[in-house]
Amino acid sequence: MGAQLRVYKRRIRSVTATKKITKAMEMIAASRIVKAQRQVAASTPYASELTRAVTAVATGSNTKHALTTEVESPVRAAVLLVTSDRGLAGGYSSNAIKAADRLTERLRSEGKDVVTYIIGRKGVAYYGFRERPVVESWTGFTDSPTYADAKKVAGPLIEAVQLDTAEGGVDELHIVFTEFVSMMTQSPVEKRLLPLTLDKAEEDEEAKGKILPLFDFEPSAEDVLDALLPRYVESRIYNALLQSAASEHAARRRAMKSATDNAGELIKSLSRLANAARQAEITQEISEIVGGSSALADANAGSD
Amino acid sequence: MAAELHVELVAADRSVWSGEATLVIARTTSGDIGVMPGHQPLLGVLESGPVTIKTADGNVVAAVHGGFISFADDKLSLVAEVAELADEIDVQRAERALERAKSEADAAAERRADVRLRAVTGVH
Repeated sequence: MGAQLRVYKRRIRSVTATKKITKAMEMIAASRIVKAQRQVAASTPYASELTRAVTAVATGSNTKHALTTEVESPVRAAVLLVTSDRGLAGGYSSNAIKAADRLTERLRSEGKDVVTYIIGRKGVAYYGFRERPVVESWTGFTDSPTYADAKKVAGPLIEAVQLDTAEGGVDELHIVFTEFVSMMTQSPVEKRLLPLTLDKAEEDEEAKGKILPLFDFEPSAEDVLDALLPRYVESRIYNALLQSAASEHAARRRAMKSATDNAGELIKSLSRLANAARQAEITQEISEIVGGSSALADANAGSD
Repeated sequence: MAAELHVELVAADRSVWSGEATLVIARTTSGDIGVMPGHQPLLGVLESGPVTIKTADGNVVAAVHGGFISFADDKLSLVAEVAELADEIDVQRAERALERAKSEADAAAERRADVRLRAVTGVH
């Protein structure tokens, strides 16, 4: 076998092996999307019931609560960024990081201090490399988050919100995650969790065309809010984590699908080159044989 | 037919039980509360404890840990971080958890295991 042909054959073998790996990753990601989507759907009743109750308390009572009232001049805002633990998911993590950067920029221009909390190894690595300060980070659960994980994340955030601003507490809580729109589209979104934005809830209420009933609070409106708002934050974070997980799998599936397709293309063009090299080799061998035999014939004719 | 209210029992990661009921008894932070159809709109904080849902075909008992109860327009939602129906509870596991919690003096875990066991046995 000629040297060139051997090089082509070797490259084809290596690309085939890579293609098998990317194909396998694509299939795994595809099966996980379905599971992640089912989890998102399963968590929806809890989230919607909570939102309904929070809206009821916030609109149905005149209680002022630290977690619902807007501070007149907010000085510090917390940003929670959700990225992935693993790479090979196309632009999934970097898109979320970019969205967080834009949000941070905007908050800074409004004169607020920004403190960052990060979920996922990719975000931690990005901030670590640039030596940006991160208050707290969590890793290890981004592909299949549980409610306990969301609770773990929400704990320090709620504490920070409840703390007085002068003592290092935050006035606002924002979250940046990747929304799962469809199998093909996932877009990074930023949302303000606290203080509550009620305009959206009010719109929904108007859409339904009914007035919320006057609730009887047990034991009292303040206590209900106290118990409710941390749950609300947890459930929003849980929902964001689940959506991010679904988006991560979808992004990985797409990235791996294009990698598999590219590997297929590469194998095709390499086989063409290898075939051409083989044919060139055969042609050369034939012309060598023909050339040799005619030289022999010439020599024989000369000796006769 | 007696008036009925619609009950949704949801946990953080799933919907546990839903259906029609005539009476729901749950434990709030200020004591047990019973809700029947036509009750005044209510929003209360739940304690770790058993919840009894009386339906036309018998009682449904569930162990509920944390969360709240909300009632309006004959629709009752029990929203809990963790909720298990009595027949889903693994008694032996709960007993083991109770022993362990007792030996480690973990009051919260002991209470959780105790609530589970009481939900199974139906003793309130």
